Amino acid sequence: MSLRTGGPARAGQYAALLAYLIFLAFPFLWLISTAFKPARELGSLHPTWIPRNPTLDNFRQAFDEQPLLQAAANSLIAAVCAALIAVVIATPMAYVMARNRGRLSTAATGWVVVSQAFPFVLVIIPLFLILKNLHLINTLWGLIMVYVVWSLPFALWMLAGYVRAVPPELEEAASVDGAGRVRILVSVVAPLLAPGIVATALFAFITAWNEFFFALVLLKTPEKQTLPVVLTHFLGAEGVADLGPLAAAAFLATLPSLVLFAVIQKRITGGMMAGAVKS
Amino acid sequence: MNPIQGSEEVEFVTLSTATKRSGPSGARGPRDGRAGGGTGAGRAARDRATWFLVLPALIPILILSVGPLLYGIMLAFTDAQSGRTRSTQWIGALNFQDLLHDTLFWDSFRIGLLWAVGVTVPQFFLALGLALLLNQKLRMRWLARALAIIPWAMPEVVVGIMWRLVYNPDAGILNETVRDLGLGDGRDWLTGLATALPAVILVGIWAGMPQTTVALLAGLQNTPHELHEAAALDGAGAWRRFRTVTWPALKPVALSITALNFIWNFNSFALVYVLTSGGPGGRTRLPMLFAYEEAFRYGQFGYAAAMGCVMVAVISVILACYLAGRLRGGEDA
Repeated sequence: MSLRTGGPARAGQYAALLAYLIFLAFPFLWLISTAFKPARELGSLHPTWIPRNPTLDNFRQAFDEQPLLQAAANSLIAAVCAALIAVVIATPMAYVMARNRGRLSTAATGWVVVSQAFPFVLVIIPLFLILKNLHLINTLWGLIMVYVVWSLPFALWMLAGYVRAVPPELEEAASVDGAGRVRILVSVVAPLLAPGIVATALFAFITAWNEFFFALVLLKTPEKQTLPVVLTHFLGAEGVADLGPLAAAAFLATLPSLVLFAVIQKRITGGMMAGAVKS
Repeated sequence: MNPIQGSEEVEFVTLSTATKRSGPSGARGPRDGRAGGGTGAGRAARDRATWFLVLPALIPILILSVGPLLYGIMLAFTDAQSGRTRSTQWIGALNFQDLLHDTLFWDSFRIGLLWAVGVTVPQFFLALGLALLLNQKLRMRWLARALAIIPWAMPEVVVGIMWRLVYNPDAGILNETVRDLGLGDGRDWLTGLATALPAVILVGIWAGMPQTTVALLAGLQNTPHELHEAAALDGAGAWRRFRTVTWPALKPVALSITALNFIWNFNSFALVYVLTSGGPGGRTRLPMLFAYEEAFRYGQFGYAAAMGCVMVAVISVILACYLAGRLRGGEDA
């Protein structure tokens, strides 16, 4: 595989790779280090990489200072509902987009691309007014509706790719047996798509779990707010934050998406690679 | 032959057989891959089924995405404000005229462009370097791939918080490193007038590295290896091989990811909101932050919508250039 590369060149490559590894890892390592440091060490003028007296105090304090559990529950409800609804309504449309070559699927694909480009500020003001008229401001349901629509483009994109990988011969067999389109989708295609549907749902979950802008605008009271919004309360008015609890809470908020992302990472990068190659 | 090429081929075959099997083509619209749908009644039933499949997603999209977009454009021509009693008036292009003279907005627009270019361009070269390295058989490759997940999977808010901890003037690792290296006492990076924007740009570069790297890596793995080897045998050096073999194959992917990155960066909000809230003195106030404040702090819905329209217009121009470039790229190939 590798082309002729001499010793010095190889060494240079390793040095470069090491530099990249440090660049990618150091902020995250610093976050973890800060999260486990006692207040005294955080106050010291010469911070160290490894806490001398590691402690869990910051985590306890973080839960005392802000309604983290409530916020995590809100995030969980919003992300789970959004992910489930998104894949349930996206799968049939993705199926049509993958199998029909017509104006509808061209328009849908075009919309998928364009929706990546418009600034949310142009959408959020009207959405705010619409949800206000429906009395859905400051409710998780309003946010879930927004998240569903917001995650649809990518869900459609991913799912359509998975549908294309299903051989149409199977569907023809069912069609000959007299099954209608909906039947075919439910009993023939959907089972084969299951891994793709799960990956898409997890990705939608992560996106909703991490989302900040819509949640910031639509949720007003602390007991309704999601984790990313509540995290910003730790920053305080003038940005003078309690570093330890801030780091602890931030670290905790990242874990679910990191774990899930590790699980589906191959599929995401695979799908992205396919998309990138196609374009 | 790499797996991606393989799957693309399968996909292509699938599509072409699907079209071949679709029978005599009717006057209207969508064809599908199933046999035995020749009769009018059969096709009508199938069209009904198609609508049944599409509507659950289409209706929410129209109501909560396309609708608001159009409504937002309309609002830009009104004096809409939040929480006021008298009704909203149609004021024509007045908002846009005001915008034209709003130096604060143009400052933020300039900062937005600086930020988008400042993040997108260095990030592209860094990611290209990393992708080229990961394309080699190096020992720590798996570790780099694993680490590259972190910025991707993290909530932007946490990325912002994390870097605030790094940049912290007293307890942060950056100033401690600066002190250790004997480069002075360090400084307050995020609140310094000169350092704030570069500091924020560095975070933007870090946060977007994975996506860009993965996309470029995909492009690299798509370059035919035989050509590489042939070029190497002919005595072409690394740079020449890159220019004549790698780059031409990589160009379409590079163009796509750069255009998308530029747009995403120009529209970004959460990262800078958490890092600086647009300060100091507006030095990092991106257009999205400006519009957000205008809408939800000062309640100027119509004016903020007009800002959104201007942003869309600029992005459309960029998208158009990108599409034109991509079409030309296609002809080259």
